[in-house]
Amino acid sequence: MANSKKYEWNTTPVDNPPNDSAWQEFVAGATKERIRKERKAELDKQKNENAKPKTPMTGADWVKFVILVIISIAFIMPILLVLMNSFKTNVSVSNEPFAFPNGDNFVGFDNYTNGVEKINFFPAFFTSIFVTVFSVAFIILCTSMCAWFITRVKTWYTKLMYLLFAFSMIVPFQMVMYPMSFVANQLSLDNMFGIVVIYLGFGAGLSVFMFAGFIKSVPLEIEEAAMIDGCGPIRTFFMIDFPILMPSAITVAILNAMWIWNDYLLPTLILNRQKTLPMAIQYLRGGYGSIDMAAMMAMLVLAIIPIIIFYFSCQKYIIKGVVAGAVKG
Amino acid sequence: MEKAIKKWFPLFALPTLVSFAIAFLVPFAMGLYLSFCKFKTVKKTEFVGFDNYIKAFSNDKDFLNALWFTTKFTIVSVITINLIAFIFAMLLTKAIKGTNFFRTIFFMPNLIGGIVLGYIWSMIINGVLYYFNATITTDANYGFWGLVILMNWQLIGYMMIIYISGIQNISPDLIEAAEIDGANAWQRLIHVTLPQIMPSITICLFLTLTNSFKLFDQNYALTAGAPGKDTQMLALDIYNTFYGRVGYQGVGQAKAVVFFIIVAAIALTQLYLTRSKEVEN
Repeated sequence: MANSKKYEWNTTPVDNPPNDSAWQEFVAGATKERIRKERKAELDKQKNENAKPKTPMTGADWVKFVILVIISIAFIMPILLVLMNSFKTNVSVSNEPFAFPNGDNFVGFDNYTNGVEKINFFPAFFTSIFVTVFSVAFIILCTSMCAWFITRVKTWYTKLMYLLFAFSMIVPFQMVMYPMSFVANQLSLDNMFGIVVIYLGFGAGLSVFMFAGFIKSVPLEIEEAAMIDGCGPIRTFFMIDFPILMPSAITVAILNAMWIWNDYLLPTLILNRQKTLPMAIQYLRGGYGSIDMAAMMAMLVLAIIPIIIFYFSCQKYIIKGVVAGAVKG
Repeated sequence: MEKAIKKWFPLFALPTLVSFAIAFLVPFAMGLYLSFCKFKTVKKTEFVGFDNYIKAFSNDKDFLNALWFTTKFTIVSVITINLIAFIFAMLLTKAIKGTNFFRTIFFMPNLIGGIVLGYIWSMIINGVLYYFNATITTDANYGFWGLVILMNWQLIGYMMIIYISGIQNISPDLIEAAEIDGANAWQRLIHVTLPQIMPSITICLFLTLTNSFKLFDQNYALTAGAPGKDTQMLALDIYNTFYGRVGYQGVGQAKAVVFFIIVAAIALTQLYLTRSKEVEN
C-alpha cells in the first residue's frame, strides 16, 4: 500500500498537510488520545478530591468525636488517679481515692522518698535496665545469626532446630519454670548476668522464627555476589544481611524489650539477690495483704514514667513492631 | 556457599542453641519426667506413674475450680475486648479529627506490665467498692469483673490497632460497589467489611484467647486468688501448688503439663484454622 508511511508529531509538514488515509488516521488517533488524556486527568482530579475530603466534619462526625474524647479521658483516668493519689496520705488513698489532694491529706513527695527507700527503687531500676538492655542486645545478635544459619544451611539438624524453636513458642512458662530455676541454680546463672542467658534461651523461639521469616525475603543473589567478591560468611552476614534486617530487628527488639522489662515471674524464680522493678513493686505487698498503698502509688508512677517516655519517643516503631509481631507470631 | 557457612556453626548457631537448651529444652524434658515423680528437690525423685495426674484432679477441687474460672474469664474477656476494639477501629477509620491522637491514647495501657496494672486497678476498684463497704476480695464476682475490666483496658488498644490495619486494607472499590448495589451500612458491615478482615479477626481472637488463658501477673497483683482461692486462675494455681505446698511439686508439674496440653491445643487449632482460611483466599 502506498500510504503505509507513518506520521509523527514534529516531523509532519503542517502548512501543507497530505491528504491520504494514513494522515487522517493519524489525526483521528491523536484527537482521540488527547480526549482520553483530558478525561483521565479530570477523573484523577475528582478521585483526589474524593480521597482527601476537605469538607468540614458533619454533625454525626462531631458526635463521634465527642464520644471518642470522653472515652480517651476514661482511658487516661486510671493513670491520672495513680498520679493524684501518689501525693496523698495512706488513709486517703484507700478511703477516698477520687478526692483531689487538699490541705489535710496532701503529703508532698513523702510517698516517693518513703517508697524509694522501702523497696530499694534505684538498684531495682538499674537491674531492670541492665537485664533488659543486655538481654535484648544478645537476643538480636545471636538469634539473627542463628536464624540466618538455619535458613541458609539446609540439613536435618537445621530443620530440627527450626521445628524446636517453633514448638517452644506454644509452651507456657509454667511448664518449664520449676526445672528451669533448678538448672539456672546449678549452673550459677541465678544473677543478673546469668539471667541474660536465660532470656536469650527462652526468647529464642519467637525471635529466631521471626528473623527466619524476614531472612527468606532477602535475595540470595546479593549474598552470592558478596561471597564471589571474596567475603566470608561473617562479613557477608554483617555487611549485607544485617543492614537489610535492621527494620525487622527493631520489631524483634521492641517485642522482647516490652516482655523483659515487665516480666515478673521469671526473674523472681531465677534471681537470687537482685530485684527487678516489678519484683520490687510486688515486694511492697507485705505479708497477708497489708499494702502501703500510698507508697505503692508513688512507685507505680515511677514505674510508668519510663514506659511513657519510651512510648512517646518511638511510638511509630512500637505500634508498627507490635502489629508486625502479632501478624508473624 | 552452604558448605562455607556450615563450617561456622559454632559461631552462628551455637550460642543461641546452648542457651535454648539451658532455658527450654532441658527444663522441658525434665518437666515431662518430673510430672511422673514424687519429689521435694529435683535431685531426689521417686517414680510414681500417673499418681500426680490423678491427684491434680481428685485431691482437691482447686485445679478444676481454677480451670472453670479461667474458662469463664477467657470467654467473657475475648468477647468484650474484640467487640469494643472493633467498634473503636470502625470509629477511628472514619474521617474524624485527631484519629492518631486517639490511637496513641488507646494503645498506651498495653505497654504497662501486669504487676503494675494489677495494683492500679486494685486501688480504683477498692476505691469504688469502699462506698459499698466492700473490697475486691469480699466476693469472687468483684475479682472476676475487676480482672475483665483490667484486661479490657490493657488489650483493647492493641486489638484495635490490628483491626484498623485490616479495615484500611479493604479496597474502597468493594465498599463502593456495595453502595451502588444499594447495600445499607449494616449490610456493608456484615457482607463486605467482616469477611474482608477475617485474617485480623483470627489474629485478635488468638491473641486475646492465649493472653487471657495464660494470665498470671494481673491475677497475682489484683486479688492473688482471694477470697480463699475463688479467683485463682490456672497459672496461679500451678504456681501455688509448686511453691505453696511442700511435697506437692510433682502435682504442680503434672498440672503444668495439663496446662501446656490445653494451651498447645488452642494454638494448634488456631494454626489449622488460619491455614484453611489461607487456602480459601
